[in-house]
Amino acid sequence: MTRTTRLPAAVLAAAALAFGVAACGSDNGGGSSGGGGGASAPGITKTQVTVGGHFPLTGPAAPGYSEIPRAIDAYFQHVNAQGGINGRKLKMITRDDGYNPTNTVKVTKQLVLQDKVFAILGGLGTPTHTKVVDFLNASRVPDLFVSSGCLCWDEPDKHPWTFGWQTDYKVEGKILGQYIADHYKGKKVAYFLQNDDFGTDGAAGLDQYVPKASVVTRQTYEPGNTDIGPQMAKIKASGAEVIASFSIPAYTALVTLAGVKLDYHPQLVVSNVGADPTTLTGLLKAFSKGKAPASLIDGVRSAYYLPSGDDTSNPWIAQFKMIHDKYIPKLPWDGNVLYGEALAFTFAEALAQAGQNPTRQGIVDVLESGKVKGPGLVPFRYSKDSHAGFTGEAQSVIKDGKLVEEGKALQTDDGSGDITPTDFDPGQPPANMIPAGSD
Amino acid sequence: MATRTAVVGDKERRRPMERARQATLVRHLTVALVAGLVLYVVSNALSAFDNLQLATMAYSFTAVAGLTVLTGLNGQVSLGHGAFMCIGAYATAKLLGEGTDHLPLALVLLLAALITAVGGVLAGAAAARLRGPYLAGATLALAVGLPTIADRFPTFLGASNGLTVIPSTPPASLGATFPLERWQAWITCLGALIVYVLLANLMRSRYGRAFRAVRDDEVAAELAGLHVARVQVLAFVVSAACAGLGGGLFVVVTQLAAPGAFALTLSVALLAAVVLGGLGSLWGAALGSAAIVLIPQWSDDLSKSLSLSSNVQANLALAVYGALLIGVMLAAPRGLAGAFDWVHQQVRRASTRREEEEQA
Amino acid sequence: MTRFIDLTLNGIANGAIYAAVALSLVLIWRATRILNFAQAGMLMITTFIAWSAIDHGASYWVGFALALLSGLVLGAVVERTVIRPVEGAPPLNAVIVTLGLLVLLQAIAGMIWGGNPHSFPPAFSIKGYNIADHTVLFSPADLFGVLVVAAVMVVLLLLFQRTSLGLRMRASAFEPEVARLLGVRVGHMFTIGWALASLAGSLAGVLVAPNVFVAPNAFDSVLVFGFTAAVLGGLESPPGAVVGGVVVGLALSYVSGYAGASVVTLGALAILVAVLMIRPSGLFAPAAARRV
Repeated sequence: MTRTTRLPAAVLAAAALAFGVAACGSDNGGGSSGGGGGASAPGITKTQVTVGGHFPLTGPAAPGYSEIPRAIDAYFQHVNAQGGINGRKLKMITRDDGYNPTNTVKVTKQLVLQDKVFAILGGLGTPTHTKVVDFLNASRVPDLFVSSGCLCWDEPDKHPWTFGWQTDYKVEGKILGQYIADHYKGKKVAYFLQNDDFGTDGAAGLDQYVPKASVVTRQTYEPGNTDIGPQMAKIKASGAEVIASFSIPAYTALVTLAGVKLDYHPQLVVSNVGADPTTLTGLLKAFSKGKAPASLIDGVRSAYYLPSGDDTSNPWIAQFKMIHDKYIPKLPWDGNVLYGEALAFTFAEALAQAGQNPTRQGIVDVLESGKVKGPGLVPFRYSKDSHAGFTGEAQSVIKDGKLVEEGKALQTDDGSGDITPTDFDPGQPPANMIPAGSD
Repeated sequence: MATRTAVVGDKERRRPMERARQATLVRHLTVALVAGLVLYVVSNALSAFDNLQLATMAYSFTAVAGLTVLTGLNGQVSLGHGAFMCIGAYATAKLLGEGTDHLPLALVLLLAALITAVGGVLAGAAAARLRGPYLAGATLALAVGLPTIADRFPTFLGASNGLTVIPSTPPASLGATFPLERWQAWITCLGALIVYVLLANLMRSRYGRAFRAVRDDEVAAELAGLHVARVQVLAFVVSAACAGLGGGLFVVVTQLAAPGAFALTLSVALLAAVVLGGLGSLWGAALGSAAIVLIPQWSDDLSKSLSLSSNVQANLALAVYGALLIGVMLAAPRGLAGAFDWVHQQVRRASTRREEEEQA
Repeated sequence: MTRFIDLTLNGIANGAIYAAVALSLVLIWRATRILNFAQAGMLMITTFIAWSAIDHGASYWVGFALALLSGLVLGAVVERTVIRPVEGAPPLNAVIVTLGLLVLLQAIAGMIWGGNPHSFPPAFSIKGYNIADHTVLFSPADLFGVLVVAAVMVVLLLLFQRTSLGLRMRASAFEPEVARLLGVRVGHMFTIGWALASLAGSLAGVLVAPNVFVAPNAFDSVLVFGFTAAVLGGLESPPGAVVGGVVVGLALSYVSGYAGASVVTLGALAILVAVLMIRPSGLFAPAAARRV
């Protein structure tokens, strides 16, 4: 079977040309990758600001976390209904990465190079976002409020465009560790950690307070592999009465389930990212068999930096819940929705203070000035020397499927500093939940 | 094309064959050169994101081309070529190391391809004993199992976090504002063209004929003096080396080697590209590679412009992809290359018929 | 020692599920000479259908029955529409079609039910039995799984060996032309074969769902291990599929327990390669005659 070579070569050339022409036609072609400079930045016009983020809409991290971008969008819709920030409407582009770092690279490049967003907002995940932080900083794109508590977002010299938002896992580890050391003296403790910076940072914090001799075993899990039977069997065999867990919701649920299977009921102390009562109840619904599903997670301890979503007497919560009820009523009102709205609010606060003609550098300057207060129980740590977010958390426990906070909020640092209670008060929420601009 | 079938002496037979061989090489080099020029022009006109897409198509092509030789020419269905890309990617990542102080990129990629070729020898030797569904099952297990080795050696191979490398920056002679993505497109396209020339020559050579012979009738091939197992292993090694190079180029573009990149979906995509383009056809492999990159992109854009619900949006690209695979196999099983061939044949048949009518 | 017993029982429980998937793969191979890569997708859809019913208030058993029923229907529909055209074609065509179907089914499930994993109830309690004051990794739910799969295998065996329908199906698989000449509706036999195979697959789906949280991609590992089990046992033999399933379940349980959860897929690969090197057509392969 002979085939002339002119035909395939011609077809290849024609295809390449056609592709090139189509690509040129579809966007303005020939542009360089990202970068600020010029009168207006990409993603910002006189009437609109476009931001984007990568989130796990599918995959092992989807339970709970997939609601966050929708909550951000709901808050933006509320803001747009009131006229926007300094006359500009807010738009959020969400791209699914399935908690897979390779996809994160792909969709983030799409957001920056194709969608040309003004900033990345709330990029979710420790193992995922670490893969794009170099690219974003090299492209000089503001990388705001990463949805992760890794210490790696607080590196202003290496990554000047990246800012954290939620409390660092090391800070959280210290706060949870202090609780364990004070209230479970002498009891055996097991660590259950995600096999990445999320787990190691949390463990580093725990180790500062939990006596070394009490830690009888450290087990890790890979997100995506739902068989944690071997790890749980080892934990049970170690005789641990307390499990300190830095796990995402699906794995907190699996730990609880394994406990049921093995008839083993230790005290669970979980990082806030994996301790949302509504998400956990949803994941455990089918296993409660007649009993209220919430009872499976009663008594689980955690800590949190926002007021509890169940505390509707708090004016911030009341307002956030109202936005939820109006724009995303089909989603459950839970910690993830609250997280998304609070994060979006913080962005609006920073944007409002960036003035009438915000630029990418301008937003970064606003945050480093420390003027952004946020809606939390503790202040932010933002300054020229630190890009870390909330400075601490309040201890919490799950009672009857609700998150109940105890005592004053606690603050500490990433190093060996002490934990101190704080009287910080975010004040009353602004009118219509639209932050005031700078004057 | 008339061929002399009379018995000829050795010397006389050798001269025309040498000429034929040289003509093949020249032909393929010319095609590669022309394609290279076209790609150069196109990449200069494309935006950064589209250059990224072009680079993706190019590194996919190296793997798909190798696979089409294995599956189309040699008849061995491999569901595990993602695993070879994985080996090549990790080898490249380890050789490039953490900083900028490393061997020249070309050497790194060559070594990565060779390392993967070794893996190909092992896999090929095992595969040579298997046929049909058993080969498919074994390569499936390979595709799923191999990337998990990274979890076993978390410090050396980075576990599920993966290994990151610093991107190879364009040389200073091209200017300070030369976009990284265009440089990556150039590197990957060069790799793709090299693979094209090598494989095109291989397919026309005695090895290519051996591959086809073993595919068509093993027993006859054995009787004709071919060592079947050795031929099959060779086919595996060649395709694995190409996939390894593809994996290396993947790392150049994404700066990351992580197990999540080499899930089963990758092996399925490679096979899909082979089939969509047409089994055993190199420029079919090019079209297939373009398809597996562009179709998800277009479906994504389509779903965004139609502003469908978020569930539908997230899955439309996959649905189109799956439906397309089914559709193409039912309607045009020989892929795009087969479709072109058919059209070409119809045209020739029509013109021959016209000649006959005129003569009559 | 208790650890070994735990892992063995756990392995048998998981093995039952892989056996069910392997059984469905073998049935389809024997009936139509096609490797059904879409099996994981099909059983995912039927499990989702069951989940929807249960989520809307139906009892577990209604959901269970619904899963099996929709499995029958789905298998028949898939064979008639998508598989029939590639039944005589080169094997690669069927491979691509079933892979495409797998992707399509996962996408459709994602569109209808979303990507968020959902919890699925077990048939019975998941609390392990208490034997000699030790809670083993084997519960009433696991026992149910093993018994049901064994029952299905016995029923299918009886169907194939003892009934005229079974005879007609075997005839259609081995000698379709001769069967046709003898008056067997070969096409119908193929459809029935696929329907029964899909039933076995749906059974595996509802049995494994409580452990993996129902989501479009949650059943991928079941596909891989079910495949390994089918190939291990030899695609020609239903008892081989079940044995293959138990072997894979046990082996993976030991690997997971003694070597760690991260090497489990690697373990499956190693076992498969080892077995296939010794017996290239699986453990229970009939001796192949060489045509020379």
